[in-house]
Amino acid sequence: MAIPQDRHVEDRPAINRLGLWLFILSDGFLFVVLLTTRFYMQGVQRPAEVNQPLGLAISIVLLLSSLFAYRGETAAAYGDVKRFRRNILVTIGLGALFLAGVVIEWAEGFHFFPPQSTAYGTVFFTLTGFHAFHVVTGLLALVIILLPGQQKRLQSGNHWGVEAMVKYWHFVDVAWVFIFPTLYLVS
Amino acid sequence: MSIVSLGIVRGLMSGALGAGLATGLTMLARSALGAPAWDAGQVTTIAVFVGVFFYLGGLGAFNYWLRWIAGRPDPEHASPPRPHWARYFSFDTNHKTIGVQYMVTSLLVIIIAGILQLIDRLETAQPGMQFLSTNTYNTLMSVHGISMLAAVLIGIAGMMNYVLPLMVGAKDMAFPRLNALSYWIVPPAVILLLVSLPTGGFDTGWTGYPPLSVKAPLGMQFMILAFYIVGWSSILGGVNFLTTIFKMRAPGMSLFRMPIFVWAVVATSVLQIIFTQFVGIAFLMVLLQRLLGLTYFDPNTGKVLLFQHLFWFYSHPAVYIFVLPGLGVISEVLPVFSRKPLFGYKAVAISSLGIAGGGALVWGHHMFAAGVESWLVVPFMFTTSLVAVPTGVKIFSWLATMWMGKIWLQTPMLFAISAIAVFLIGGITGVPQGIVPVDLYLTDTYWIVGHFHATLFGGFVFPAMAAIYFWFPKVTGRLMGERLGKLHWGLMTAGFLTTYMPMFWLGLNGMRRRVADYDPAMGLGPGNVVVTVGGFLIALSMLLFFINLTVSLRRGAPAPANPWGAHTLEWQVSSPPPEENFAAPPKVVGPPYGYGAPTAVHAVLSPEDDAGRKQG
Repeated sequence: MAIPQDRHVEDRPAINRLGLWLFILSDGFLFVVLLTTRFYMQGVQRPAEVNQPLGLAISIVLLLSSLFAYRGETAAAYGDVKRFRRNILVTIGLGALFLAGVVIEWAEGFHFFPPQSTAYGTVFFTLTGFHAFHVVTGLLALVIILLPGQQKRLQSGNHWGVEAMVKYWHFVDVAWVFIFPTLYLVS
Repeated sequence: MSIVSLGIVRGLMSGALGAGLATGLTMLARSALGAPAWDAGQVTTIAVFVGVFFYLGGLGAFNYWLRWIAGRPDPEHASPPRPHWARYFSFDTNHKTIGVQYMVTSLLVIIIAGILQLIDRLETAQPGMQFLSTNTYNTLMSVHGISMLAAVLIGIAGMMNYVLPLMVGAKDMAFPRLNALSYWIVPPAVILLLVSLPTGGFDTGWTGYPPLSVKAPLGMQFMILAFYIVGWSSILGGVNFLTTIFKMRAPGMSLFRMPIFVWAVVATSVLQIIFTQFVGIAFLMVLLQRLLGLTYFDPNTGKVLLFQHLFWFYSHPAVYIFVLPGLGVISEVLPVFSRKPLFGYKAVAISSLGIAGGGALVWGHHMFAAGVESWLVVPFMFTTSLVAVPTGVKIFSWLATMWMGKIWLQTPMLFAISAIAVFLIGGITGVPQGIVPVDLYLTDTYWIVGHFHATLFGGFVFPAMAAIYFWFPKVTGRLMGERLGKLHWGLMTAGFLTTYMPMFWLGLNGMRRRVADYDPAMGLGPGNVVVTVGGFLIALSMLLFFINLTVSLRRGAPAPANPWGAHTLEWQVSSPPPEENFAAPPKVVGPPYGYGAPTAVHAVLSPEDDAGRKQG
């Protein structure tokens, strides 16, 4: 019997990438559960006090941050460290701005639909809370790839760290794309 | 060397320090905010999370990543510490070390959980309350359940970790540090399960349904945290296994040349990474409702059944997570000891995926009596019956593999045969429960208890024993005692039948599960005595097993590289395997189970590996 073509037994970038995607798949199901919970508990009901303009604003901020993250990753892939740093810094700024928006939302939410007494409040704070936790971890990841120790690795052409952290940031962003209509738009 | 240099000792010391600091700071913060300083739930939860992080830090689990962040070299393997045993107590990234760590932890948890239930069985042997309070009874029963499930998750991780990289011809797992991390978060979970006993316990059973679990004592919360941590171990393990299988197979190992065990790991890992999130969130919701007063399961503003849906959406597939690796072991052992190729290889390979896929669509059958929407009931009845099909494929394949084979009745084979019979009992008694009218009669009786113990004994316990007897020579380089092994097998099989067969009768006659006491007029006393006696028979057989294990470990006859004449890759290297398994990737040239044909070969080792094996 013919032996099938030899392949590389250890192809590190491909291994890392598959591992990351599987992790993102698993983590994505966390949001699937929470989104399903929203509809199971509340159907499509939504209180009138939900701040749609603010929700839209922070959605745009987060989407923009993903664009800059992408630009940063591309720059890193081409070894342009300066441009990479600039773009990732903008990403971090936009991410922080998003978090500030969530804080305002929460302050309003506690007033209009407190999580301890309304079902909408419960799902709203759970979904935005879990998502904000992901944003915080994503920001940490982005800060880590800006640390001085990482520069040497970038200059030697290894930008896996940047790729991984940016992919995770996109994932956090995509999760919000589903959360925003679920919490702010349907009714 | 000093004891403090062991990773686990430093980890535990650091963990205790972290938990203490977190307790103090949380209490300070609470009083600064004007709340009473002590709130058992909130303070201990924060202490647990911080403590686990400190523990991992002290253990050295983050050293590799910190080195990576600092931009310093971060090799995946440190040189193994001296003396040799010390590596089992440290953050060691070799998959063989981790496999042994998992397996030993699993066996320890099984002992603890088994003893808890034996205490309960003494109580239920007779009607009336003898020596336990009802609360203690409930707690022991609940901790038994959840600990056993944790033990099974840990046990399958042990088998898969040790064997899988060897089987696919890889040096190690895809992510060795992540692998070590997945193991090392398990010990805190085990500690938390034990902590739940003195902190009030919990009386919900392992399922932890709200609203009872929202109101249960502090012990409930430790159980939730423990389960959550084990869940993450399971998810990270699944990611690691899938990546290893799809990216690190030896040249020539096409999908349909993978041993069946590898297929089983694929199915298990897919279930682990997808469904564990569901139960994790379900339990976190209970935790958030307990700690912060959110209203998921409040009958007025939330939905009580939400928990059951999420819980069973994981916990039914979880049953397949528990049994699929075991069924894979049976498929490995049978061809070797029947000296015949596995019958219907492709069908068996695909059936694992079929069980996984089908098992994902049946969760509602746990809720027939829970007041679930009536239009949901019939579809679940149908899908439940459907799962019997891929399972049947496996059973028939095993029988056909043994048919006309040259059966060699060594201990692993005996356990595999018992496993088939017991799993069949579990499967057949499960079908009636899938039928709604029958289930309404059987639900929450000992019938259910008998059924799921049969599936878990057939799908995990007996196969795990087969696996230990089968791979023990590979792991330790020593043969396991055959005579004591056969005695263990006989006693365990007899013990199983004595314990669980009467349960079906008891259940049909109205014995409720999870009760400490029952009406003497029902005439259930004698049956319950038999069950208790059977339970102690199983315990006795386990005692023989542990004696066999320790004696063989120290005095067993030296094992050759391939004592069973098996074809799969793990048997082609020395016993125990070299530190890095293979010096160069082996070449896979044929199907894994070419037994009976004298010239059949599964894989060829590189010349240096071949030389190494002949020396070893």
